[in-house]
Amino acid sequence: MKGAVHEAAALVLAEEDTVATALDDLAAGRTVPLSGDAAVTLSEPVEFGHKFALAAHDAGDPVRKYGEVIGRATAAIEPGEWVHTHNLESARGRGDLAGGSGGETRESPTEGGSS
Amino acid sequence: MTAATFRGYRRPDGRVGVRNHVAVLPTSVAASQVAERVASAAGAWARACPHQMGTRQPDAAREQTARVLAGVGKNPNAGAALVVELGTEDLDADALADEIAGTVAAVETLSVRAAGGTRAAVEAGVALARDLNDEIADQRRETADAGELVLGVECGGSDATSGIAANPAVGAAADRLVAAGGTVAISETPEFIGAEHLLAERCADDETRERLLHAVAARESAAALMGVDMRGAQPSPGNQDGGLTTIEEKSLGAIAKGGTTPVRDVVEYGERLPDGSGLVVMDSTGYDVESVVGKVAGGAQVVAFTTGRGSTTGNPLAPVLKVTSNPRTADRMADNLDLDASTVLDGEAVDAVGERCYESLLAVADGEPTAAERHGLREFAVTEVQPVELAAQDAGEGRAAGVGE
Repeated sequence: MKGAVHEAAALVLAEEDTVATALDDLAAGRTVPLSGDAAVTLSEPVEFGHKFALAAHDAGDPVRKYGEVIGRATAAIEPGEWVHTHNLESARGRGDLAGGSGGETRESPTEGGSS
Repeated sequence: MTAATFRGYRRPDGRVGVRNHVAVLPTSVAASQVAERVASAAGAWARACPHQMGTRQPDAAREQTARVLAGVGKNPNAGAALVVELGTEDLDADALADEIAGTVAAVETLSVRAAGGTRAAVEAGVALARDLNDEIADQRRETADAGELVLGVECGGSDATSGIAANPAVGAAADRLVAAGGTVAISETPEFIGAEHLLAERCADDETRERLLHAVAARESAAALMGVDMRGAQPSPGNQDGGLTTIEEKSLGAIAKGGTTPVRDVVEYGERLPDGSGLVVMDSTGYDVESVVGKVAGGAQVVAFTTGRGSTTGNPLAPVLKVTSNPRTADRMADNLDLDASTVLDGEAVDAVGERCYESLLAVADGEPTAAERHGLREFAVTEVQPVELAAQDAGEGRAAGVGE
């Protein structure tokens, strides 16, 4: 697996990442040691597979995972906070911002059908 | 590594099937029920490919339906094919049969109207299917090079583990097949959005790079064209529950299942995948059933399908190998899964899991049934070219599509 695993609790995929992925259900208050002397203490619970911040973000700042930008913060995010749809949004595929007209989103033919 | 082989059915056009089915292909929704009844009455070797396409479609939509059905009929996993029509379809059953005829041992057509209705058509269809099977049933498997395989890679019900472990593991298997001289097809173009720069860097030449970037831009602009915010659907609510927040994040994980080799070509949905050509991108929607069918139409004999939350998707003609790296899904959905890649999260090397995945694919090619095959899961659907895409084509904006779930 790419990246660094810390205490079987968190995966940091690339050095420049600003978020880590929880590899277990992590409780609020848990301190996860990182590379070197660094550590981050969770300010809220973070479920398996979900992300928490390693760095402070201002609203509008890029959020990085896999060493790549995965979107921008929609609010200030402190290290240790859960990062998800409430404070991170995509910058791509935003037809709502492009002012298009007509058409509807297709219903998926199968539940859970997309990759 | 010694040269890997598998044992399959060599077809008249030289390609090698890993199954020996009779494909039963309706030309429209109006013939789909008869196709299903014929296949279920004829035997386990008969595989219906029912779909929802109407008897009349705009030209571009009908051409796509015809291309996909012809491709499925020509897939080497079909030794023979039966084309079924109601008799009113614009899509010409005889022309479809003629196109398939060059690559399978035998092909027949059946018209529900000409046969005298549903009951007579099912009876006649079963008789035709059995005759077709008689022509191919005695064919024996022979040794073939792994490089003769075309592998489709797919993901469905992704979560955060997919991009971290299952997709890289399938990617490592894909790299092995490419090294052996085979073909790997990755599709689901909306799920390149945000990661296309990484695929573009790997394109073998400028033309391929331009076609790839154009395909991604067309899918993204389809969202703009429709005034739709992809965020509600990409990532899907299930993806979001699994920890994926944005399409960029999902895409960065999704492209890992294609491995690390150069992108050699970009083909249309359902178009023939060139043999022995390494990694190829097929431009498709993000709907997994349609996307798998597109690659099977392109000639994929086997599919490796990763899931985080637990997809059950199969295919009528191609074995679909299910891989998960979510340990909870591996436990809860074991009945529908073939390979547990969650060991990557515990420290097993991605490459070691990739090797296991590659060996599993070769075993499946040899005839070992997948979980989806054991359960008789044979989902089939064809992507319909949407009115908004036709309008975009008319306006000279190229092919748009596929705001996937």
